[in-house]
Amino acid sequence: MGDLIQIVVAKYNYWIYITLMMIGLYAMIVKNNLVKKIVGMNIFQTAIILFYVSTGAKRGATIPILEHGHDGHAHVIHAADYINPLPHVLMLTAIVVSVATLGVALALAIRIYNRHNTLEEDEILAQIREK
Amino acid sequence: MSQQYPALLVIVPLLSALVISAAGWINKRLCFPIAVAALGVAAYSSIGLLLRVMEEGAIVYRLGGWDPPMGIAYYVDHLNGLVLAVVSVVAFLNLIASKKSIEQELPDKTAPFYALYVLQVTGLLGIVATGDAFNLYVLLEITALSGYAMLAMGKDRAQLSTLNYLYMGTIGACFYLLGVGYLYIVTGSLNMVDIANILPPLYESKAVLGAFIICLVGVWVKMAFFPLHAWLPNAYTHGPSAASSLIAPLVTKVMIYVMIRLIFTVFTPEFAFNILAVSKPIVWLAVAAIFMGAILALAERNLKKMLTYIIVAEVGYMVGGAWLGNRAGMTGAILHIVNDALMTLCAFLVVSNIAYKLKGYAFDDLKGLVRKMPFTMGALVIAALSIIGVPPTCGFFSKWFLISGAIQAGQYAFMVALLFSSLVNVVLFFRVIEICFYEPFSNDHGHGHGHHPEPMAEAPLTMLVPLFIVAAGLILVGLYTGDIVNNIIEFAIPKSIV
Repeated sequence: MGDLIQIVVAKYNYWIYITLMMIGLYAMIVKNNLVKKIVGMNIFQTAIILFYVSTGAKRGATIPILEHGHDGHAHVIHAADYINPLPHVLMLTAIVVSVATLGVALALAIRIYNRHNTLEEDEILAQIREK
Repeated sequence: MSQQYPALLVIVPLLSALVISAAGWINKRLCFPIAVAALGVAAYSSIGLLLRVMEEGAIVYRLGGWDPPMGIAYYVDHLNGLVLAVVSVVAFLNLIASKKSIEQELPDKTAPFYALYVLQVTGLLGIVATGDAFNLYVLLEITALSGYAMLAMGKDRAQLSTLNYLYMGTIGACFYLLGVGYLYIVTGSLNMVDIANILPPLYESKAVLGAFIICLVGVWVKMAFFPLHAWLPNAYTHGPSAASSLIAPLVTKVMIYVMIRLIFTVFTPEFAFNILAVSKPIVWLAVAAIFMGAILALAERNLKKMLTYIIVAEVGYMVGGAWLGNRAGMTGAILHIVNDALMTLCAFLVVSNIAYKLKGYAFDDLKGLVRKMPFTMGALVIAALSIIGVPPTCGFFSKWFLISGAIQAGQYAFMVALLFSSLVNVVLFFRVIEICFYEPFSNDHGHGHGHHPEPMAEAPLTMLVPLFIVAAGLILVGLYTGDIVNNIIEFAIPKSIV
C-alpha cells in the first residue's frame, strides 16, 4: 500500500492527466446529450494540454527569461535553473486547435438543434428512423 | 524557383484560402479561378519536386532558414514525393470536376467551400511534406477541421454524422499528440530524423513502446482502420458530393502514409518489425478489416455507402501490406496508396455525376442508367475493374504485390482475405452494373412509359473530362507500374526491409 502511494505521489501529474482523460472519454462514450459529449471532448483535450505543460516543470527552476541578457556579458546559463518553455509554446498551438474544434462542434450542435429541436442523441436517431 | 517547391506546395494554397474567402465578399465568381490557380501551382510544384527527388535523392528544406532540430524542416524523399504528387493531382482534378456540383448543391456557400477545400489540400500536402512530429499534428488538425466543415454542409443527417466524425477525429489526433509527447519526454526532440537518431539505445524503454502504440492507435482512428471505422461510412455518405470525392480518396491514404512514415523514419523498421513483434496481430486485424468491410458493403443498397465500406476494406489492404514486414508487402502498400486514391476518386466522381443528374444514388435510382449516362457508366466499369483487380488496370498490380508479400511472410490468412475481398467486389460491382445496364429505366413519378428509348442526359463536360482523365489514369498507372516500382518505390523503402 505504501509503495503504491509512493508511486502515485512521485508521478502525480501523470495520474491527474490520465484521470482527466478517462473522465473525458467516459463522457464522450456514455453521455446521451450532444453538448455533454462535446464538454467531454474538451476535457479530453485539456488533459493532454496539462500533461504537456507539466512535463516542462523542474524542481527549483524559474521562468525562462534571462535577466540582463542583452548587455553583452554572456554569463553561464544552467538549463536546470529554468523550466522548459517548449512544451508551453507547443500547447499554445494545441489550445488554439482545441478552441477551433470546440467551435466547430458547437456550431454543428446548433445546426442539429435547429433541425431536430433536441440535443438528446437517442431522440434525434428516433426522429431520423421515422422519416 | 525549383528550390522553393516544398514551401510553395503549402504556402500557396494556405494564402489563397485567405484570398478566396476575401474574394467571396466581392464577387463569388472569383473564387473558383483562384482555387484552380492555387492547386495548379501546388500540383506543378509537387510533380517538379518528385522529378527532382528522382534525380538528386532526398531534399531537406529548412523553413525560414532555421536548421533542424530547432527549426521545422520539410523532408521530401521518394516516398512522400510520390504521395505529394498523387494528393495534389487528385485534388486538382476533383476541383475542376466538382465546380458544377458545388454550384448545384451549395449555391450560396461556394466561396467558403472553395476556401475550405484549398485549406484541406494545404493540410494534406503539409502532413506529407513535413519532417516535424508536432508540425504534423497541427496540419492534421487543419485537415480535419476543414474536412468537418465541408462534410457538415451536406443534407439531412450530415451534421450528426460529422459530429460523430469530429469526436473520433479528435480522439485520434489527441492520441497522436500524446504519443509525440512521450517521444518528446524521452528524446527531447520533435524532429523525426533527430528522434530516430536518439531512439536506438532506448528501444527497450516502456515509454518508447507506449509512444509507438499510442501514435499508431491515433493514426488508425484517423484512417478508419477496423474496428475504429464506425465514423467513416456515414460521414462520407451524407457529405456534399464534392467534399466526399476530395476527402474519401485522400484522407485515409495520407494517414496510411503517416503510419508508414512512423515505421520508416521515426521508429525505424528494425524496431517496428523485429523488436516489437506485433506484426502478426496487426495483420490479423487487417484481415478482419478486409472481411468486415466486404461483408458490410454487401449489405448496402446505396452506391455511395457501399463505396465507403469498400474504403474500410482497402484500408485493411494497406495496413496489412505495410505490416507484413517484407519488401513485396511494403511495395504493395505504397503502390496501393497511389492506386486506391485514383480508384476511389474515379468511383466518387461517378457518384457525384449521378447525384448531379438524378438527386439520388440508391440502387433503385440507378435502373437503366446506362442509356441515360453512358460515359459515366463506362468510367464506373473501369473503376470497378480496377477495384476488383483485373489486369490492365492498376488495382491488379498492387494486389499482386500484396499477395506475393503475404505468401513470402507466410501470412496465408491475409492472402485469403485479399482474394475473398476481390470476389466480394466482383459481386458488388456486377450487381450495380446489372442494375444499370439491364434493368429498364424507371421514373420515380411512376408514369409507366413504354418502349421508347430514354434520351441521353449526360453530366456536363467539365465533370466528364476529369472523370475520363482519372479513368485513363487507372489504366496508364497500371501499364507503367513497373516504372513506378523500379524508379520510385524501390528507393522509398529502406534497405533494411528485404
